[in-house]
Amino acid sequence: MSPKTLYDKIWDAHVAHEAEDGTCLLYIDRHLVHEVTSPQAFEGLRMAGRKVHAPDKTIAVPDHNVPTTLDRANAATMTEDSRIQVEALDKNAKDFGIHYYPVSDVRQGIVHIVGPEQGWTLPGMTVVCGDSHTATHGAFGSLAHGIGTSEVEHVLATQTLIQRKGKNMKVEITGKLAPGVTAKDITLSVIGKTGTAGGTGYVIEYCGEAIRDLSMEGRMTVCNMAIEGGARAGLIAPDEKTFAYVMGRPHAPKGAQWEAAMNWWKTLYSDDDAHWDKVVTIKGEDIAPVVTWGTSPEDVLPITANVPAADSFTGGKVDAAKRSLEYMGLTAGMPLSDIKIDTVFIGSCTNGRIEDLRAAAAILKGKKIKDGMRAMVVPGSGLVRAQAEEEGLADIFIEAGFEWRMAGCSMCLAMNPDQLAPGERCAATSNRNFEGRQGRGGRTHLMSPAMAAAAAVTGHLTDVRDLM
Amino acid sequence: MEKFDKLTGIAAPLDLINVDTDMIIPKQFLKTIKRSGLGVNLFDEMRYDDDRNEIPDFVLNKPQYRDAQIIVAGDNFGCGSSREHAPWAIKDFGISCVIAPSFADIFYNNCFKNGILPIALPQEQINVLMKDAQKGSNARMEIDLEAQTITTSDGEVFTFDVDAFKKHCLMNGLDDIGLTMEKAASIDTFEAAAAQSRPWV
Ligand code: SF4
Repeated sequence: MSPKTLYDKIWDAHVAHEAEDGTCLLYIDRHLVHEVTSPQAFEGLRMAGRKVHAPDKTIAVPDHNVPTTLDRANAATMTEDSRIQVEALDKNAKDFGIHYYPVSDVRQGIVHIVGPEQGWTLPGMTVVCGDSHTATHGAFGSLAHGIGTSEVEHVLATQTLIQRKGKNMKVEITGKLAPGVTAKDITLSVIGKTGTAGGTGYVIEYCGEAIRDLSMEGRMTVCNMAIEGGARAGLIAPDEKTFAYVMGRPHAPKGAQWEAAMNWWKTLYSDDDAHWDKVVTIKGEDIAPVVTWGTSPEDVLPITANVPAADSFTGGKVDAAKRSLEYMGLTAGMPLSDIKIDTVFIGSCTNGRIEDLRAAAAILKGKKIKDGMRAMVVPGSGLVRAQAEEEGLADIFIEAGFEWRMAGCSMCLAMNPDQLAPGERCAATSNRNFEGRQGRGGRTHLMSPAMAAAAAVTGHLTDVRDLM
Repeated sequence: MEKFDKLTGIAAPLDLINVDTDMIIPKQFLKTIKRSGLGVNLFDEMRYDDDRNEIPDFVLNKPQYRDAQIIVAGDNFGCGSSREHAPWAIKDFGISCVIAPSFADIFYNNCFKNGILPIALPQEQINVLMKDAQKGSNARMEIDLEAQTITTSDGEVFTFDVDAFKKHCLMNGLDDIGLTMEKAASIDTFEAAAAQSRPWV
């Protein structure tokens, strides 16, 4: 048998039909659904008189525009159009008989946090969701794609996705990370190196000692941003950490089925002599705590660096950088650590898990946020929130001056009332720094939870190592 | 779905790289539960100022490009989120073809589901087309999907690649779901086998 990559193995196990030209029907094991990209898909089903093909493999949760304020049980806190979307999801989940975690359920949260938490995401699966950060689930060694609404409808109706196989890209992070360097710094540094289109057409497998050393939470952070690197999916081979995380979760297999699953899961790795179409290697020791300075996730620099000049780039990037610097209100040459921050946002499917809150709380313990700073923590799920309260992290955040919110996407994309005002500058643990992403005219710097916490304390972008 | 075979129209030059889906259709317009009506908000934050007045400099606000049916843009067009609202807005505005050196995967796919033809061409050819588009409404580009060619207003012809299956669907306005359902037997067979080999799924 010819050697295969992990991607090849999962792909081969899910091809339900292959046409002569190589177009495949890929069978989908898990379909996650949220309120923003699904209403038109369900409407399409209704209009065509179709059913959901596999309702027990379909899981829905509202997350994008639910309020995260404590009084959110009161529907009046939602704007009319948001409420209509959430109510449409309520109704669609009920009418089509799919699994559902409503806003009132403690298990509600960001779809990419709820899936793994509930054991819906398992190694070797194909997972899709009408959301580009579906790549997150690749941390379990599952092939996880973001899809558009037409594809959501297609998967609902047929439990398959029309796909052509992508190419294989290996991103290896060798050696150990330095203190203060986290999964977020890895994933941002990779994008900084390969660019936002570097992974287009590829499925990325992250490997190497520094990846192996990461917790499952850290691995999810890394895979989450595969899409910012242009790759539709990123994955990491499952290992003992993966199995330990999965075991005992509500929807993980039990007993004899667990044994059978483990037998297969243990074969899920890239063979030694597998073929890679592209290989990127980064030394773990070379990665520093990083921040973004511009309006593309590839605009990444170590916190110790200075704001770059637009003409230090080439091609179309010169104009793009000019536009970015103007939008971000920055002058070339100024130290990144001089950039003053108005707001800190800790949360999102990139960094809204328990480990992220622990990392931020470790920096904030016994400290206060800078006067006049707005700072909020939005846990990724109700269960993350509950655990953080149990561990005393919530108290640390509240004493430091953070708002302690309910679970949801919140200021990651600002579809709910959590938004930046024009010109407001935010240290964010989310994944996109596009113009207007966190509110029209808002300025976003992406970084790790520890770095965001450090910025909250000092009021400017800060090297977290100075506070450790 | 609407068929696409030939198109002769005005091309709007959008000389920017990394045009992301948040630019194409900002999130405040994702709250709809319909597919239609998003055209007025296409490129909303670049098109209107805070008082909802049009920003005259923005290409689609210029008189010569108001009826554009084609966009010529820079590298990595459509990067960002999976929102199909982006192609819905583009289509609703009246644009049926986007030409760029490269596209983000999800956006690229979404275009075909909505009767939009995305065409990737080498940068040098994009440069020629960008210049052509800058001539304004006198310059009409011609796109022929059957022949896989673009003809500039000067008569220069470029050929482009497109996946044969996607081309077939676009030219015939075929609905993917209907096509897939014809293969229901394969899906059933796969499901039955998977229930044996991976019963925990
Ligand atoms: S947290 Fe942000 S990136 Fe993640 S699913 Fe929600 S909106 Fe998308």
